[in-house]
Amino acid sequence: MRIAFPLALIGLAAAPLAAKAAPEVTVTVEIPRLSVAEYHRPYVAIWVERPDQQAVANLAVWYDMALRNNEGEKWLKDMRQWWRRTGRSLQMPLDGVSGATRAPGRHALRVDGAALSGLAPGQYNLVVEAAREVGGRELLRVPFQWPPAAEQSGTAQGSHELGAVSLQIKP
Amino acid sequence: MTLPILRRLALVALLAMPVAAEAHRSWLLPSATILSGDDPWVTVDAAVSNDLFYFEHFPMPLDGLTIMAPDGSAAQAENQARGRYRSTFDVRLNAPGTWRIAVAGESMFASWRQNGQQRRWRGTREAFAREVPAGAEALRVTLGQRRVEFFATRGAPTDRVLQPLNEGLEMVPITHPNDLVAAEPAQFRLLLDGKPAAGVEVSVVPGGNRYRDQLGEMKLRTAEDGSFAVNWTGPGMYWLNASVRDANSGLPNVQRNASYVATLEVLP
Repeated sequence: MRIAFPLALIGLAAAPLAAKAAPEVTVTVEIPRLSVAEYHRPYVAIWVERPDQQAVANLAVWYDMALRNNEGEKWLKDMRQWWRRTGRSLQMPLDGVSGATRAPGRHALRVDGAALSGLAPGQYNLVVEAAREVGGRELLRVPFQWPPAAEQSGTAQGSHELGAVSLQIKP
Repeated sequence: MTLPILRRLALVALLAMPVAAEAHRSWLLPSATILSGDDPWVTVDAAVSNDLFYFEHFPMPLDGLTIMAPDGSAAQAENQARGRYRSTFDVRLNAPGTWRIAVAGESMFASWRQNGQQRRWRGTREAFAREVPAGAEALRVTLGQRRVEFFATRGAPTDRVLQPLNEGLEMVPITHPNDLVAAEPAQFRLLLDGKPAAGVEVSVVPGGNRYRDQLGEMKLRTAEDGSFAVNWTGPGMYWLNASVRDANSGLPNVQRNASYVATLEVLP
């Protein structure tokens, strides 16, 4: 990235939406149960990028929001791709995006279609990145088409920090 | 002096050709260069060593330590200490943006013959006039200008501190130095006194060479406009070094040796 990189990523997701019913978007993220001596729930970021990896919408950032003095924000940069693509130019917490870390298991995230209504028609990736304290990092991508012409679904399978990630879109 | 003869010979060579001939490498090693949160700190090791980035030779003196905050103002280092093999200090990044942390300065080196003996001297510009006899036999004098630095960013990168200082040899980033990833080549520009330093050799060495059989040094040469591109061999900390010898010391009959070192962190 050049020094004159585009900082205005968030604005893109906030473009005015058409009055029609927004498509229904559901992201399911599986956080694996790990047998390790010291377990901490992973930080997870879920966002949408263009094929050139430019972030266009933040859907969720799960991190430790309960620590005093916002100490949990110290580790946000460990979600490296997310941090580089969008996180570092955001002011946390983000309304409707920030949330607490999740326990192992399957978590469904219903995305307000309005969050994506500003996207130009085309190909996008759903990106899920997990980083765990004293653990590893993993990033998965699920491609999709926007706006959806028909029902779409896609999945990706993690191997260490993430389990299955799936995306369902109903027009 | 009780130095073994080899060391003594090395020292003579070193002082006759200061900095450039120095096999040892100077560096600052930050604990992190990309930070998030409200109150991030960076702790830094400063050393002169052979291997990168292991402290095994000499602690770097911190006399010339300067910390430039994202708005260009000067900030103070905290917790300075000097150990046997390394100096350390902390930087509290109390403002968001990109910080520039450097140890920079100059020294004069002189050698001459006096009563058949080889004399060597090192000191400040002021002491030079006082302590080195003008017109001494076989007098050779060099002004060494050096800058050893790194950049660290809290939150989004900014470019105020990347502006050239227009003094000595320095690297001006084209690619932001806190936005380096292994898969993407990075571009920088080398400036000498604020002007493009063309045709200068730049050496880039990945850290961790204690556990490698080969140094893995990349030798690059700057283009007409001083620019050069680095293709990283993988993620990690890199040591970037260049030096220029010329006659532009600003002093009559004094050579100049300008050297530059940056530590750059490349993420996966």
